[in-house]
Amino acid sequence: MIDKARNAFLWLDARLHISELWEHTAGHHIPKKSASWFYVFGSATLLCLVIQIITGSLLAFAYVPSGAEAYTTLEYLTYEQPLGWLLRGIHYWGSNLMVTIMLLHMTQVYLFGAYKYPREITWVSGVILMIVTLGLAFTGQVMRFDEDAYWGIGIGAAIAGRTPIVGQQVVQLMLGGPIIGAETLSRFFSLHVFILPGTILALLALHLRMVLTKGINEYPEPGVLVNRETYDAHYANILKNDGMPFAPYGIWKDLVAGAVVLTLIVVCALVFGPKGPIGEPDPTQIDTVPRPDFFFMWIFAVAALMPDYMETVALLVGPVIGIVFLLAVPFFNNTGEKHWSRRPVAVMTVVLLYVSLGILSWLGIVSPWSPDMAAWRKDPTPKEYLEGRTPLELQGALVIQQKQCRNCHAIDGIGGQRGPDLAEVGTRLTAPQLVRQVVQGGGNMPAYGKNLSPYEVDAVVAYMVSLRPKGVPAARDSTLPATPPPTVEKAASTEGHDAHQG
Amino acid sequence: MSSPEKPTDQPCCGGCHGETPKGPYKPSRRDFLLAFGLGLNAVAGALIGIPILGYALSSVAKKYNLRPVSLGPVDKFPEGTTRLASYDNPYKVKWDGGMAEIPCWVRRVKGNEFQVFAINCTHLGCPVRWFEESKLFMCPCHGGAFYEDGSHASGPPPRGLYTYQYEVKNGELFIDAGFQFTLATEKV
Repeated sequence: MIDKARNAFLWLDARLHISELWEHTAGHHIPKKSASWFYVFGSATLLCLVIQIITGSLLAFAYVPSGAEAYTTLEYLTYEQPLGWLLRGIHYWGSNLMVTIMLLHMTQVYLFGAYKYPREITWVSGVILMIVTLGLAFTGQVMRFDEDAYWGIGIGAAIAGRTPIVGQQVVQLMLGGPIIGAETLSRFFSLHVFILPGTILALLALHLRMVLTKGINEYPEPGVLVNRETYDAHYANILKNDGMPFAPYGIWKDLVAGAVVLTLIVVCALVFGPKGPIGEPDPTQIDTVPRPDFFFMWIFAVAALMPDYMETVALLVGPVIGIVFLLAVPFFNNTGEKHWSRRPVAVMTVVLLYVSLGILSWLGIVSPWSPDMAAWRKDPTPKEYLEGRTPLELQGALVIQQKQCRNCHAIDGIGGQRGPDLAEVGTRLTAPQLVRQVVQGGGNMPAYGKNLSPYEVDAVVAYMVSLRPKGVPAARDSTLPATPPPTVEKAASTEGHDAHQG
Repeated sequence: MSSPEKPTDQPCCGGCHGETPKGPYKPSRRDFLLAFGLGLNAVAGALIGIPILGYALSSVAKKYNLRPVSLGPVDKFPEGTTRLASYDNPYKVKWDGGMAEIPCWVRRVKGNEFQVFAINCTHLGCPVRWFEESKLFMCPCHGGAFYEDGSHASGPPPRGLYTYQYEVKNGELFIDAGFQFTLATEKV
């Protein structure tokens, strides 16, 4: 019986050359030390890609990429199609994990010097894979065709429109016409399900072939330098003296990591579910606060914080510089030390990059620069900022509420975060300075001079002068002769009023 | 398939590489046929490649023009107010769904003097909202703000709001529309 099975296998093998294929692929030799937990991120990214392809193909059973139907089919997928919500969730969390693990993989490869001679093309193909993966993430967020997707395309068009000379052409190429419409969604669909996945598979073939032909990076040791003349012999020596086949001896850690990633995706999908869709992609519903998915949150933050004179350059040239730099890494840093402990610049670069991305993403989520559009209607004025005020000051509090000052200015932390909190403004600015600021604006504040009557300005300023912590005197004009500080109790009740008189 | 362990005297693939060329290079019949085959494919490739590129780039090559659309009777817009209006995208297709209806802000200054603003913030295209009490347009994305006449008030936008060309005909307000407004759009 066993003999028969063996013969059947040998017959098949003689025709399909399975064992030969195995020997050259899964069974290729790796340095024993490279079978490390640090080396599992590449295969885990690949696993995410497989999950994305399977779940994506299945989602396409129900999804219709039509401007009129996409939203309806998303709702159908989420609420009616059996297990549709879970597959959407797996696809969403799969994409989050794919981007995250891909970045971990890239970081590990960089810190372990794996991009150096002779693995330059492995790195270069990896960088292009990263770009395509981010392209899939961006087009994927458009597939979830809701109001965020609609305005997200608008943001993409606005960035494209900043291209010098051919801006309009780039916008029309991106939108499939002069304006966002059904053709825009169709071309993003084609990119997301045909063009980019096809590209990613082709690049992956190159990437994996490089791993097989040039070998997986040996586990770096401090002091062992890469030299173009001697490296190939050095690596062959490691494989000969201290190597083993990847499968079956080195693969178990990848298998464990793969199982962890799969479980993580499913658990996230089960616990958190899919994202959205939120409101319909109806441009007339302008009561919306468009935000990107988390991998693009840092770009959203950069766009808010950048000084406007360098914005176009940063949005268009910045990515190009970043990509060229990444592609060039293995060429200007081709030999020498691989171990991270002897490469302080590399370690600092990684730390700086992650800290910046982390802070920018967090700022993007909080977005303190955005006015709180509903603050003027919904936010209360804390009691202690109203008690014991004069009628004029109370009138000022009303004007501040009614003229939507609260959309940008909080009072004691409640309200918009764009401008300074008004709770302490009376300690910094004198009444005339406040009048000037309100009437003329400046420092990123609009001028309200045409929009407030002199009486309203008086009321607002009187109120703001009165807003300060107990016992802290109002700001004084330093050009006036110094007066002895008034007693604490009187300061709170009278000085605001006096300042308004002056 | 030949394996490296068993070197063979036989030339590979029918002898094309077997003969070492002697003397000056003389184009052979085979070279000619190879060049002929490649040339034929270059022509055929152009034949199929040109329409493919033409199709892919058709939205770039095609000339789109602004087209007049109606925003309804001017009476809809009382003097001194700014109101949200919407129109059907003149380039709409049947499967656009709700996307075909494009909003814009109409400010009737007085009489037949109007200002019609695009909904898109000039910074990165998010929809600006009008606040009647403070007479400001505010953007929810990066905090751009504009005065009631559309000029830049604060925040990152590089210019004032985009404005549509308008015309009042027989008591009806028409604007020239059909484009996504970006910094590249001309005449806005």
